[in-house]
Amino acid sequence: MTSKKNIGIVKPKIFESLIPLRLQSGKILKEYDLIYETYGTLNKDKGNAVLVCHALTGNHHLAGRHSSKDKYPGWWDNLIGPNKPLDTNKFFVIGINNLGGSDGSSGPKSTNKKTKKSWGADFPVVTVEDWVNSHEALITSLNIPKLAGVIGGSLGGMQVIQWALKFPKKINHAIVIAAAPNLTAQNISFNEVARQSIITDPDFNKGNYYEKNTQPKRGLRIARMLGHITYLSDDVMESKFGRKLKNKNYKYDFKTEFEIESYLNYQGDKFAKEFDANTYIRMTKALDYYDPANGSKRNLSKVFKKIKSKFLVISFTSDWRFSPDRSKEIVKALLDNNIDVKYAEITATSGHDAFLMEEPRYHAILKSYFNKML
Amino acid sequence: MKLNKNNYRYDFPIIANWVKTNSKVLDLGCGDGELLNYLKKERNITGYGIEKDSDKWLESLKKGINVLQVDIEAGLPEFEDNSFDVVILSKTIQSMHNTEEILNEMLRVGKQVIVTFPNFGYWRDRIQSILGVMPKSKELPYSWFNTPNVHLCTIKDFDDLCKSNKYKIVDRLVLTDTKSVKFFPNLLGALALYNLVNR
Repeated sequence: MTSKKNIGIVKPKIFESLIPLRLQSGKILKEYDLIYETYGTLNKDKGNAVLVCHALTGNHHLAGRHSSKDKYPGWWDNLIGPNKPLDTNKFFVIGINNLGGSDGSSGPKSTNKKTKKSWGADFPVVTVEDWVNSHEALITSLNIPKLAGVIGGSLGGMQVIQWALKFPKKINHAIVIAAAPNLTAQNISFNEVARQSIITDPDFNKGNYYEKNTQPKRGLRIARMLGHITYLSDDVMESKFGRKLKNKNYKYDFKTEFEIESYLNYQGDKFAKEFDANTYIRMTKALDYYDPANGSKRNLSKVFKKIKSKFLVISFTSDWRFSPDRSKEIVKALLDNNIDVKYAEITATSGHDAFLMEEPRYHAILKSYFNKML
Repeated sequence: MKLNKNNYRYDFPIIANWVKTNSKVLDLGCGDGELLNYLKKERNITGYGIEKDSDKWLESLKKGINVLQVDIEAGLPEFEDNSFDVVILSKTIQSMHNTEEILNEMLRVGKQVIVTFPNFGYWRDRIQSILGVMPKSKELPYSWFNTPNVHLCTIKDFDDLCKSNKYKIVDRLVLTDTKSVKFFPNLLGALALYNLVNR
């Protein structure tokens, strides 16, 4: 067996679309850019392309490094590369930063070509549907008639479902991981708390903070801390941190004392430095809005009638934000339509975050599935 | 410990005989997917398998089976009434807890139900019992301390269950190794195969 290798240095590319995109909100993006990266080589028959959709805080940079100085590789480097489960010796892998993002695609931070200023609050609210429409424009520009597969976890999984619904003839395999057909009230609640913490930060300035050279860091870090708690399971927090203290004794003040507090603060600070607040509130909105069946489980089966692709659905036992039961709703709607589907429920302690981890069974499943795909 | 379930595949042709060409089949406890694969080749079936065990689930996936990792002890809520031509429970019933419930669920989901199980009334098992040890055989390879089997039954027991639940037995075949057993099947038969419908 050949050993796993890393992808090395990669360079992003820009897709500039001059064709207006009609958004779900009714607004129109006259022109837009999408930043993307590709790994591996597109076959002559163009049949080996796999699109990877990113979740809330991801981007187009899936694997490899932009320079040898980069501390960390792309966010799904453990999955994608030569001889890795999504093997770039076989597949042509594509990562796109979604519209509204802040890593090079058109979004609040990018320049509005009309005003020559950053979009800020004026950048429209975009949805999963809008993203998939823009993905399809990019895929078409690469002369790929049909994707071998589309894969994504969490919010990325919703985009995979949308791909299968909107472009049934352009996708062979849909891999939906730790996802749901829509968000529950509890899930929307977490997103709303996150948004409120950002929006009510005085530095947010209604979303127009770029010219003031500020970032609503207080809001962002609280949003991230809250998110982080929900991505982990009670068990994994207990085993990693428990009630461990930073110092020996209680200090009877309000500085961080427990290790979990210090961990959450660290994660919050790190995130507030790296991530854009306008993007964060838009990504959570896209999550909240996605609901292809308008809230009805019965209707999901009707909506899924259009689907032509085969499905692999994966959930994780300790994931309480996108629980296995939610994945089973997707499976049920597929079964009702006699669609080819494989479903795995993976025993994992790390909660929703498990979909990003290199859990052996999880990766063995993906490897086997990709092996049979071409 | 490995399940021996698929070491003995002489029951496959009999099951295939009961399955019509192009049927839609659900195999509960499909293991490594061999039976579904066999039925695909012999009867051009479509369908799904359910397997709880992760290793066997992966074997099924590698064969291209539509395999679902759900627990059938909770019933079959993912499946609509009469949504399958055939639902199969092959050499799995003895390890189920909610035996009656799952049989009812199978008959709700499938128009036809095939159940196979090792006959605990088989003479070799009876002799071992008389000799004072828990029976072990080709069909029941486990020791008492590591067996997954909790609801072993005899052919007579299963007939009684069908009667009390009004399951209609369309066909019944009893085998020892590859041979059909016609006389004293509950004594001389090692494996029982039932083809049922809801009355």
